[in-house]
Amino acid sequence: MCLAIPMKLISCDGAQGTAENAGLRVNVMLTLVPNAQIGDFVLIHAGYALTIIDEDEALDSLAVLSDLGMLKE
Amino acid sequence: MRDLIHKILAPRYGSTELHKLQDGALLGAHAREIIFTTDSYVVQPLHFPGGDIGTLAVSGTVNDLLVMGAEPRWLSVGMIIEEGLQMAVLEMIVDSIARTAALAGVEIVTGDTKVVPRGRCDGLYINTSGIGLAPFHHGLSSESVAIGDAVIISGTLGDHAVAILGSRMDMKYSHDGKSDCAPLTAMVSAVLRQHRDVKWMRDPTRGGLAACLDEFATSKNCAVLVQEQQLPVAPSTHALCELLGFDPLHLANEGKIMFLVASRSADAVLATLRTTEHGANAAVIGTITSLAKAGVTIETLTGASRRLSRPTGELLPRIC
Amino acid sequence: MKALAAYRDRDRILSVASQIRTLPMPRAIRLMEVCGGHTAAIYRYGLRQLLPAPIDLVSGPGCPVCVTPTAYVDHAIAIAALPNVTVTTFGDLLRVPGTQKSLNHAGADGCDVRVVYSPADAVELARSHSNRIIVFLGIGFETSACTIAAATRDAVRDKLMNFKLFSAIKTMPRALSTLLSNPETRVDGLILPGHVTAITGTAPYEFIACDLGIACCVSGFEPLDLLQSIYSVTTQIVAGRPQVLNSYRRAVRDNGNALAREIMNEMFEPCAMTWRGLGEVPASGLRLKPEFAEWDAASLINAPATTREHPGCRCGAVLRGECHPTECRLFGKSCTPESPIGACMVSSEGACAAVYHYQLADAI
Repeated sequence: MCLAIPMKLISCDGAQGTAENAGLRVNVMLTLVPNAQIGDFVLIHAGYALTIIDEDEALDSLAVLSDLGMLKE
Repeated sequence: MRDLIHKILAPRYGSTELHKLQDGALLGAHAREIIFTTDSYVVQPLHFPGGDIGTLAVSGTVNDLLVMGAEPRWLSVGMIIEEGLQMAVLEMIVDSIARTAALAGVEIVTGDTKVVPRGRCDGLYINTSGIGLAPFHHGLSSESVAIGDAVIISGTLGDHAVAILGSRMDMKYSHDGKSDCAPLTAMVSAVLRQHRDVKWMRDPTRGGLAACLDEFATSKNCAVLVQEQQLPVAPSTHALCELLGFDPLHLANEGKIMFLVASRSADAVLATLRTTEHGANAAVIGTITSLAKAGVTIETLTGASRRLSRPTGELLPRIC
Repeated sequence: MKALAAYRDRDRILSVASQIRTLPMPRAIRLMEVCGGHTAAIYRYGLRQLLPAPIDLVSGPGCPVCVTPTAYVDHAIAIAALPNVTVTTFGDLLRVPGTQKSLNHAGADGCDVRVVYSPADAVELARSHSNRIIVFLGIGFETSACTIAAATRDAVRDKLMNFKLFSAIKTMPRALSTLLSNPETRVDGLILPGHVTAITGTAPYEFIACDLGIACCVSGFEPLDLLQSIYSVTTQIVAGRPQVLNSYRRAVRDNGNALAREIMNEMFEPCAMTWRGLGEVPASGLRLKPEFAEWDAASLINAPATTREHPGCRCGAVLRGECHPTECRLFGKSCTPESPIGACMVSSEGACAAVYHYQLADAI
């Protein structure tokens, strides 16, 4: 119900910023993630960053699956 | 009006026949079959990354002739101009028409120009009609569709739609891509000169490759299986689709052709396409799996398959 | 982010799917994916085909367009017909049929209806068009609600008196409680919405596991995320230990986004909201607080009294998981994406649209 995708924050200017993914650059409102820094990956929905995507967690989840023997690598 | 024709149009459209400025163009008698097509162009905005309405007006009609297996030869250009359209804009578009026609190998032999009061059209509408002679080299194979035939797309999907959308939407985004709008004469010439096994061609414009495949499957009563992993999509197009909830298969293309090729020649046709400027990213994206029922199925990246349907209605960005 | 590519890796996906098949399921298991985005992803990637027979996936009411009642569309069109009004909307709502017509048709009939990608765009429009009233149609769940709250707060702070919000914002927990407490809804496990929980955190859903004994897992939207969550929920069911687990940790902190909730609480208060399929559910929606009444569009004009549902439309039953789209006699005949009758056929996340677009013809 909520289309939201991760994009990388490449600039910020107060409550607004620019996020980038594969050469696509969009304006994004940063009101909801005041701690976001340039270089962070943020989850974008309806022109707003909702949260910061934690790359370590992304990798950890994969590691958990692997440890459980769930992934034949 | 006379000034417009003599000073702006005629010098740019270099054909001898046009310069006679008669009511009609004499094209002579020809041994090959005559293919005739027409299309009107009302795109907004008039200018977009990678082209303008002029580039589109020539490319679209030329490509329609090419996919019929015809060699595009002659074009008419009819323009309806809104009073007040800046001369510089008109000149830019007319330059595009002339340049694109030269690239396409067609002569502009006749045309018409009207000016309508302010507010009666969106700046500029263009109609182009084109005549081609068939077959173009070997032309289209008369062999019918068979199980195992390969579906090839000549390059990345959705480039035109993404370029237009960016110029139109209030949503502020920018990207590196541009419209793929181009006449494909050289690319199709290369394929049809060297190969005899091209059974069907179509340019996937409005409705994207999905609409094109659906039309094909319905008209030939066959089942097509598409491989999602093989679809060529530029990374920035993919990113925009993810953001706005679009499917690259539903996006318009203006410089791509879908080929149906007998399986024995698929690799060779692909190799030929990849030597051409506009076919560098060509890929085999599917096969014919049945002649007993019509439909298009796509094998997704998970390995599971599902139906691929035509897009319905206008492309709208969504948040759900 | 390179790690994300792994969530679409076929080998990993098939590996998890085969692990699900090894689980000792004693009986048929019914899982509900709440979120329309999950419904769309499940169909788009053909995930049902990768699951073993005992697992039945059914769609829930998490499609904000689908659960928006016809009365809201009618009211929005009435607002659009007022002089000097521009109605701005997410693209999702544009083609949903009202009693007489859709917003799209209203636009063709001369109303000023515009699609925006962000509520911030609507506020910008109000800023640049001080001579017009700009109404934003606020639909969505908590994910969208916080963006609408933030944008509206900006309009209030900048005293943009020509910006108005017409809210149909809904919140999940009470609606889920209503749905799951109904004995006819037999659900063993829930796939929880990943982006809603990124805002709300997991606490509002604890009651589902603790009080209702239904296993839950927060899921992301990639194929691997969904399979991982299905594995988690099924394991819980097999073990008889329902909890609320989170397998979307890269985006969802257990505590969600507290600042986003703060801004929502600043601007909105809970209210009863009518859900297609569920009727009126107390405390399941958000409206502007009374102190912001001047920015509330609902008072611009009364709701039309002539709202009528199409007889034969079974969207309500579909949303409750009671009726499969193909069991509606209008499906694929008079109700298609080109000419939709019910909201479930319009939205890309609607169960009816998903079945129509994605289901293999012979499976229908």
